[in-house]
Amino acid sequence: MSADKRVVITGLGATTPIGGTAPETWEALLAGESGAKPLPAEWLERYELPVTFAASLKQDPSEVLSRVEIRRADPFAQYAVIAAREAWQDAGAPEIEPERLLAAIGTGIGGVHTLLDQYDVLNEKGPRRVYPLTVPMLMPNSASGMISMEFKARAGAHTAVSACASGAESMGLAASMIRQGRADVAIAGGTEAAIHPLPIAGFAASQALSKRNDDPQGASRPWAADRDGFLLGEGAGVVVLESYEHAKARGAKIYAEFAGLGMSADAYHITAGDPEGAGQARAMNEAIASAGLQPSDIVHVNAHATSTPVGDAAEITSVKRAFGDAVDGVCLTGTKSMTGHLLGAAGALEAIILAQTLHHRIVPRTINVTDVDPEIDLDLVIKDHRTLPDGDLAAMSNAFGFGGHNIAVVLRTA
Amino acid sequence: MAQSEQEILQGLAEIVNEETGVDAADVQLDKSFTEDLDIDSLSMMTIVVNAEEKFGVRIPDDDVKNLTTVGDAVKYIQNAQD
Repeated sequence: MSADKRVVITGLGATTPIGGTAPETWEALLAGESGAKPLPAEWLERYELPVTFAASLKQDPSEVLSRVEIRRADPFAQYAVIAAREAWQDAGAPEIEPERLLAAIGTGIGGVHTLLDQYDVLNEKGPRRVYPLTVPMLMPNSASGMISMEFKARAGAHTAVSACASGAESMGLAASMIRQGRADVAIAGGTEAAIHPLPIAGFAASQALSKRNDDPQGASRPWAADRDGFLLGEGAGVVVLESYEHAKARGAKIYAEFAGLGMSADAYHITAGDPEGAGQARAMNEAIASAGLQPSDIVHVNAHATSTPVGDAAEITSVKRAFGDAVDGVCLTGTKSMTGHLLGAAGALEAIILAQTLHHRIVPRTINVTDVDPEIDLDLVIKDHRTLPDGDLAAMSNAFGFGGHNIAVVLRTA
Repeated sequence: MAQSEQEILQGLAEIVNEETGVDAADVQLDKSFTEDLDIDSLSMMTIVVNAEEKFGVRIPDDDVKNLTTVGDAVKYIQNAQD
């Protein structure tokens, strides 16, 4: 993202396990709330799942969408629409030619509820009863397609699918396209709705989920010595990205500048990050360099920090590798301790949280960390929130996905 | 058991409303599914399958294209029930 157009964030939208909107989510983060909730009793009775909790949405979509909207869209697309509408309103519904507006909404898994529910219909009632919208509902690009239609985004409708990096990658691609002049405004982010017995069983079988069934709200504890896996979350995070000139010309409020983007692939292992952290570090260094900054300019990292034993340790290694001596000037937080891991929405939500962090100049603390892993010696924000100083600041958000996808985003105060 | 035209119309209107959000009161015998009610072919198939279940009839795919108006569908269902 070299010296082309500057890109800024002018609207925020989110529906998460701790809030029905982006501001509600921010307030819940500052209150240290966990989004963990018990799974539906009928699932537990039927399947004897090894994990009995997840971070399901705080606000049921039926409270804000019509019956027909619910019926004709998979939950993952419903969440994206909710977040996109909020972000668009928050941005002041900018007037924009359709050919200059693009949509980019990533997801890790797509319409898994529709896929599995309709498979049940096929087995129980036969092919004629399979819902005609099955395919357009389960396809991972349905969220970006629906949002493109609703907001008349005709510059393009894109869907990055890179597991837990999908949301950050989609935002990054949208920002790059604005930089290149392909659009002036973008609706971009990520969404996921994978709280269903099959993904839960699959993640649990791969030993990725916390099994702290006696303490769901304490389950997600990034960097803790006794961390044992992630808390499965769901939801969506969507922003309005805009060229600086366009935002300035219409007098839009600016939360932060989308200043830098780094992307890399580990080419190492399908689920584990490279323990040397070379790929992750390369993404971080590229993000910093593309913002025209040095590692010493970054004051804070909203870490990927999912609370898995291996993943958290690998990220610490790669942060040290990327920052070198400048790592002493960086404080880290892991907001998945509260939101859970929103998979394909995680990177987008954390970029939103980072924009709020810079806007309010407060770093929310990581909850549930009483005993820090003795191997981790970085400045972790775990006891109290951290107030950031005045002046021009830059901070980073990381998102890494199964498949070896690494995305780092650098935001600056506006 | 055969149902009256009014009963079938009411049942069909409920199905149309459930699937598309079109006000049930707008689903009248003289209304065209595509022209007046803005129902696309995907929604039409869902309506047909739900109508088959609700009214205990079978509407082959080849016959669906002949059901231009709500009245056509009501008449078809009524005949199929006899």
